[in-house]
Amino acid sequence: MTHATPDELAREAGKRTHHFHGGLRLRHNKKISCQDPVERPPLPEILIVPLLQHAGDIAEPFVNVGDHVLKGQTIGQYQSCAAIHSPVSGRVEAIEDRLMSHPSGQHGPCVVIRPDGKEQWIDLKPVIDWPDAKPEKLIEKMRDCGLAGLGGAVFPTHTKTRNGLDRNIHTLILNGAECEPYISCDEMLMREHPEKIILGARILRRALGAERVVIGIEDQMGAVQEALTRAADKAECKSVSVVKVTTIYPEGGERQLIQVLTGLEVPADGRPADLGMVCQNVATAAAVADAVAEGKPLIERYVTVSGNGISHPRNLLALLGTSFSHLVEHCGGYTDDVVRLIVGGPIMGYPVASDSAPVVKASNCILALTEQDTAVPQPEMPCIRCGECARVCPAILLPQQLHLQIKNGLWNELEEYGLSACIECGCCDLVCPSHIPLVEWFRWGKGQQTQRSLESSATDQARKRFTDREQRLLRIKQQRAEKMSRRKQMLKDKATQQESIRAAIERAEKKSHIQRDTADDT
Amino acid sequence: MTRSFQTHEAPHMPPQTTVAMVMLRVLYALAPGVVAYAWFFGPGILIQIVLAIFFALLFESLMLRWRNRPLKLFITDYSAVVTAVLFALCIPPLAPWWISCIAMLFAIVFAKHLYGGLGQNIFNPAMVAYVVVLISFPQVMTAWLPPLSLAENSLDLADSLMTIFTGQVPLAGGWDAITQATPLDTLKTGADSGRMVSEIRDLSIFGDYGGVGWEWIANWFALGGFFLLFKRVINWHVPVSLIGTVILLSLPFWLADPDNNPFPLQQVFSGAIVLVAFFIATDPVSGCVSNKGRLIFGAGVGIITLIIRRWGGYPDGVAFAVLLMNMAAPLIDRYTRPRIYGE
Repeated sequence: MTHATPDELAREAGKRTHHFHGGLRLRHNKKISCQDPVERPPLPEILIVPLLQHAGDIAEPFVNVGDHVLKGQTIGQYQSCAAIHSPVSGRVEAIEDRLMSHPSGQHGPCVVIRPDGKEQWIDLKPVIDWPDAKPEKLIEKMRDCGLAGLGGAVFPTHTKTRNGLDRNIHTLILNGAECEPYISCDEMLMREHPEKIILGARILRRALGAERVVIGIEDQMGAVQEALTRAADKAECKSVSVVKVTTIYPEGGERQLIQVLTGLEVPADGRPADLGMVCQNVATAAAVADAVAEGKPLIERYVTVSGNGISHPRNLLALLGTSFSHLVEHCGGYTDDVVRLIVGGPIMGYPVASDSAPVVKASNCILALTEQDTAVPQPEMPCIRCGECARVCPAILLPQQLHLQIKNGLWNELEEYGLSACIECGCCDLVCPSHIPLVEWFRWGKGQQTQRSLESSATDQARKRFTDREQRLLRIKQQRAEKMSRRKQMLKDKATQQESIRAAIERAEKKSHIQRDTADDT
Repeated sequence: MTRSFQTHEAPHMPPQTTVAMVMLRVLYALAPGVVAYAWFFGPGILIQIVLAIFFALLFESLMLRWRNRPLKLFITDYSAVVTAVLFALCIPPLAPWWISCIAMLFAIVFAKHLYGGLGQNIFNPAMVAYVVVLISFPQVMTAWLPPLSLAENSLDLADSLMTIFTGQVPLAGGWDAITQATPLDTLKTGADSGRMVSEIRDLSIFGDYGGVGWEWIANWFALGGFFLLFKRVINWHVPVSLIGTVILLSLPFWLADPDNNPFPLQQVFSGAIVLVAFFIATDPVSGCVSNKGRLIFGAGVGIITLIIRRWGGYPDGVAFAVLLMNMAAPLIDRYTRPRIYGE
C-alpha cells in the first residue's frame, strides 16, 4: 500500500474515519430534549439585544431611544464586522447596560426593544442568482445579515469565508457533531430542516470555490443521516456526503473533527485552510441559506432548553434577545431543586447569575441543573501526577506539567509544552482525581502569556527606540566631529597654503636675486 | 419574574474519581497478594501491615498538624496507607516492630513531607524507607522465613506477635530455628561459591520459576496489577517495559551460559520484580509523565536491578533501581515530551 500524501488524504475527507487522541465517552442526555418538535415561543414582552455578540469590539448602535424599528433592521455594527439586527418590529425603549450572556458575567450595552406585535419585516433582498453570483457578493450578504458561527464560537462567517477564498479550498466541512451532553439543537435542526442545511452548504461551497461538502454527524443521532442524504438527493447535489462519526467528546471541536474525517492534524499555528478545508457549523449553513436565498438576517436560532432543572425539556426557535426566563417558562418552568443555570453544555458552558440574560447568537443551550447533576465543589488536592489528564487530552498536551509550570511562572517552558494548543475542552478537569480546576488555570495562563508578549513587545519597542536614539545621537556626534575635523583640516590647509605661497614667493625672490647677481656679473 | 443562580465555574458535572479512590483501588489490588503472602508465610505479614499503617498515620498526622494542613482531608486520601502496606510487603514478616517505626519516620517525614507532601516527593517513600532500614539493619532485614510448607517450625499469630514485639523467638533454637535464606540469597551465595544454577535450583525452596510460595505471591500481585490496569489506575508501559527488559536482558546470558545464569522467568518471579513492576515503579508521583518516559523508566529499573543482582552486593537490587530511576525521572521527562497536536 502506498502512503497517501496529506493533500490526498484531505481530499478524501470522510471516506474513512480516524481517531483523535484522548477524549471521553460521556452520557449524552440528549434524548430528553428531542421528544417534541421545535416550537416558537410566543413573542416576549421585551427583547434585549446585546451590542457585543462577536469577536471584536462592541457594536456601534445605529438607532436611538424612541426610534421605531422593523424586523430585520440593522441596529448596530462594529466597523466591518457582522451586523446586529432587530429581531422584531417595535420601538427602541432603551440603550443601556444590561446583563449580557457572556462568560464574564458582566453587564454591557444592549438595545432594549418593545415589540409592536405587527412583525413588519424590512425589505428583504435575497441574492436570487446566487448560483452565478460572485463569491464577494455572497460574502457581503453574510456580513450584512450578521452571520456568525452558531456552534458557540460566533466567529463572523464572512471573515472565515473570505479568509478561505484565496486559499484554494477544496472541501467544506459542516460540523454536526455537537458532542457535549444535553445539547441537541443542531440535531433537531438537521432533522427538521435538512433542506436548509444542504442549500446553505451549496451557497458556502459556491462562496469558497470548494469542490466537496462533508457533513459530520454523530452516530448516536437518530434519522439525521437519512434526512440529510434525502435532502441532498432532492437538491440533486452529488458533492455532499454525510458521515457518521463515533460520539466521543470533544469530537465537535473543529480540529478534532477534521482529524477524525481525514486522519490529518491542523498545524499548531495554522488553520484548517492550510489543509484546503473550511469548517462551519450546520446551523451556520442554515443561516447562510436564510440570508442569501431569502435575504433574512440572523435574528433567531435553535436553542436547547434542557437539564433536570427544567420541567419539560425541549428545543425552541428563539428570537435573539429573548430572555432565558421567557424560554424556560415556555418549557414548563423550573423544577424545585434547580440550582445552576448554564449557557452551553455542562463541560464548557458558563454559568449565569440570573435568567434575565438574553439569547444571543452564541447561545446553543440553556441548561438548568440540580444539585445532583452538578459538581459539588470538592476540596482541591495536590496533583499526584496520575497522568489521567494527559491520557484524555485531545491536544496531546501534558496538563499536569502545564499546571505546575503556570503555578511556578515558567513561561518559556509553557511555550515549549504548548499551552496555546489547549482547546479548553475540559476533559482534564473531569478526570482529575485531585479536582484541580485545570482549564481555569490554563485560561489564566494564556491571559498571562498574552499580557507578557504584549509587554515584551512594548519593552522591545522601547528598547529599540532607545538604541535607535543612541545610534542617532552617536551618528550626529560623529558627523559633527567629522565636519569639525574637516573644517580644521581646511583651516590647517589654508595655513599651509599660505605658508607654501610664502615659501614660493621667498624662493622666487631668492631666485630673482641670484639671477640679478649673475646678470650683474656678466 | 427572574431568578438567580449559583455561579460555579465549569465543569458542571460531578468528578469521576478522587485521590482516595485511586489509593483505595491500589489497596484492593494488593489484597490478593497479601492474602497469598499470609497463606504461604504465616500471619507475620498482617502484623507488619498493621504496624506500618499505624506508624505511617501517626507520622502523617503529626506532619500535617505541623504543616497546618487539613488533617481529615489528607489522612483520608489513604496515600500514607499505601506507602505503609507497600513497605510492609518488602520486609521480613517477623522483623521487630521498631523497624516499621523508623522506616515510616523516613518514608512519611523525610521522603514525603519534607519534600512538600502528597504529590511532591521525588523518591518513592516506601522504597526510601526500605532502603534506609536495609542498609542500617542488615541482620534483621535478612531474617527471612521459609514457606510454611517447607518449615520445620512455624509460628502462629500469638507467637508471631511475641517475636515482633520482643525480638525473641519463642522456640528452642531461637532465630536460627525459623529463618532461612531467600531463593535469591541462596542463588547469590551458591553462585559465589561456584555452584551451578541447575544444582542450586534443585534445592527444595525453589519452585517452578522463583521460590516456593514467592512465585505464587507474585502471580497474585500480577492479578492485582491487571485490576489496576483495567481500572486505568496505572498504564501498561511501566510493567511491560520493566518485566520485558528483565526477560530480554537475562535471556542472552542464560542462553550463552545456563549453568551460571538463572533463566529469565526465574529472574521475574524472584524477589520483588512483579510487586515493583505493578505497584511501585508505577507510582505516578516519583515516576515519568509521558508514555515514552514510562517505557524508559521501566526499562531502567529492570536493567539496574539485573546489574545489582548479578554484580552488586545485594541479592535483590530492585529498590535501589527504583530510587535511582526516581532521580532520573525529571531528566527523562525533559526529553520525552510527547508531540503536541499539530506540531
